[in-house]
Amino acid sequence: MSILNTPPKPAGFIPRDRAWQPDALTPPYKTSVKRSPQAALLSFPTTLSEETSPVFGHSMLGALDNDLILNYAAAGESAIGPRIIVHGRVLDENGRGVPGALVEFWQANAGGRYRHKKESYLAPLDPNFGGCGRTITAEDGSYEFRTVQPGPYPWPNGMNDWRPAHIHFSIFGHGFAQRLITQMYFEGDPHIKLCPIVGVLKTQEAIDALTAPLDMNRTVPMDSRAFKFDMVLRGQRQTYFENRKEGL
Amino acid sequence: MQPLDYLRESPSQTAGPYVHIGCTPNFTGIDIYGGDLGTHMKTGPVQGTEIILKGIVFDGTGTPLRDAMIEIWQPDAAGLFPSANETRGKADPNFTGWGRSPGDMTTGEFTFETVKPGAVPFPDGRMQAPHITAWIVARGINIGLHTRIYFEDEAEANAADPILSRIEHQNRVPTLLAKKQEDGSYRFDVHLQGPHETIFFDI
Ligand SMILES: [Fe+2]
Repeated sequence: MSILNTPPKPAGFIPRDRAWQPDALTPPYKTSVKRSPQAALLSFPTTLSEETSPVFGHSMLGALDNDLILNYAAAGESAIGPRIIVHGRVLDENGRGVPGALVEFWQANAGGRYRHKKESYLAPLDPNFGGCGRTITAEDGSYEFRTVQPGPYPWPNGMNDWRPAHIHFSIFGHGFAQRLITQMYFEGDPHIKLCPIVGVLKTQEAIDALTAPLDMNRTVPMDSRAFKFDMVLRGQRQTYFENRKEGL
Repeated sequence: MQPLDYLRESPSQTAGPYVHIGCTPNFTGIDIYGGDLGTHMKTGPVQGTEIILKGIVFDGTGTPLRDAMIEIWQPDAAGLFPSANETRGKADPNFTGWGRSPGDMTTGEFTFETVKPGAVPFPDGRMQAPHITAWIVARGINIGLHTRIYFEDEAEANAADPILSRIEHQNRVPTLLAKKQEDGSYRFDVHLQGPHETIFFDI
């Protein structure tokens, strides 16, 4: 059969662009100083160990897993704060939607307080807000969840550092090589340019890639505003010509 | 010239101090989902040798991390992955291949109850030594760290492994070896920096 009649073969993941991704050692973010490897990373093409991943089925999800307003609330109650919808797509570097990706998210409450034993910020807990949710992307890579907009919060780094309002994301695609954790920021937040954690990003383009715009098209009138946040995972190399059995 | 229309991978950001809220909420006392994902790698009787793998992630001062999350991914005892992308055969149906640990709240020690992995081929067809892939995130780690857990008691396979044998500083190879303990468990400590810094992979 002519190779023109067959789709190109996946040939491992595109190498991670280390010039684009943050460095390990970023001294203004102080905790990185003693937690950053100093030796060069060992570079190798991906193998089966990195090109496979567990399967997460939609059946494992509970009805409220993607609704942080209700998933920890007492019956008839709901979390306090500005009601928002966060939606978007998980794509790969080739621009294709990634279906079946596990997306987990966690955040502070509307006052900037996390539900955690080691958290000491004086802002109060919201008894109806747990602060975590999860979903699995649809066939086109899309996802959506409802929450309250988190508040900014102070953190021990410099004498007076504040995190911009943000939501943490963990994304698990189709290969262990794609594993990614990142954070979403909100359009227009004046803390973005002051934050040492945002500061590990190397370019304005990288900051923009993590900043979600207000999306009036997806708001629910008289109910919730919406923000759109796409995420991109590493893509598979594609080739007609490579026979990996004969060499790298 | 035309622009190349590839997208850029989303920039990574630290998992922060509260990654456990998002990924292992029940561990932090948030009762949700009916349990944390990745807690149990065995869902029934499994094939092969069952093992316990333990370790601690240390920072550059030798202090254990207590806010890290470690994930591992591996094939079953026959070298098959329980993955939709596995085309070589069907993996052990009672084995998930994937584990996630928040570490002990006090000591930071992570524990995985798993099976000794079988060998899987390198892209050029040579066999790799049995190994588990690991991924570590925490506050202060800007981009998740990939490493591999090989086994000290697989000396012959390790010597022939296409990756281990190509490491320039062979004196660092032991940082990738899980060592069998007197109680039968395997120990794999991770050192983020310092003289015993673990080899991390750009893979
Ligand atoms: Fe945070």
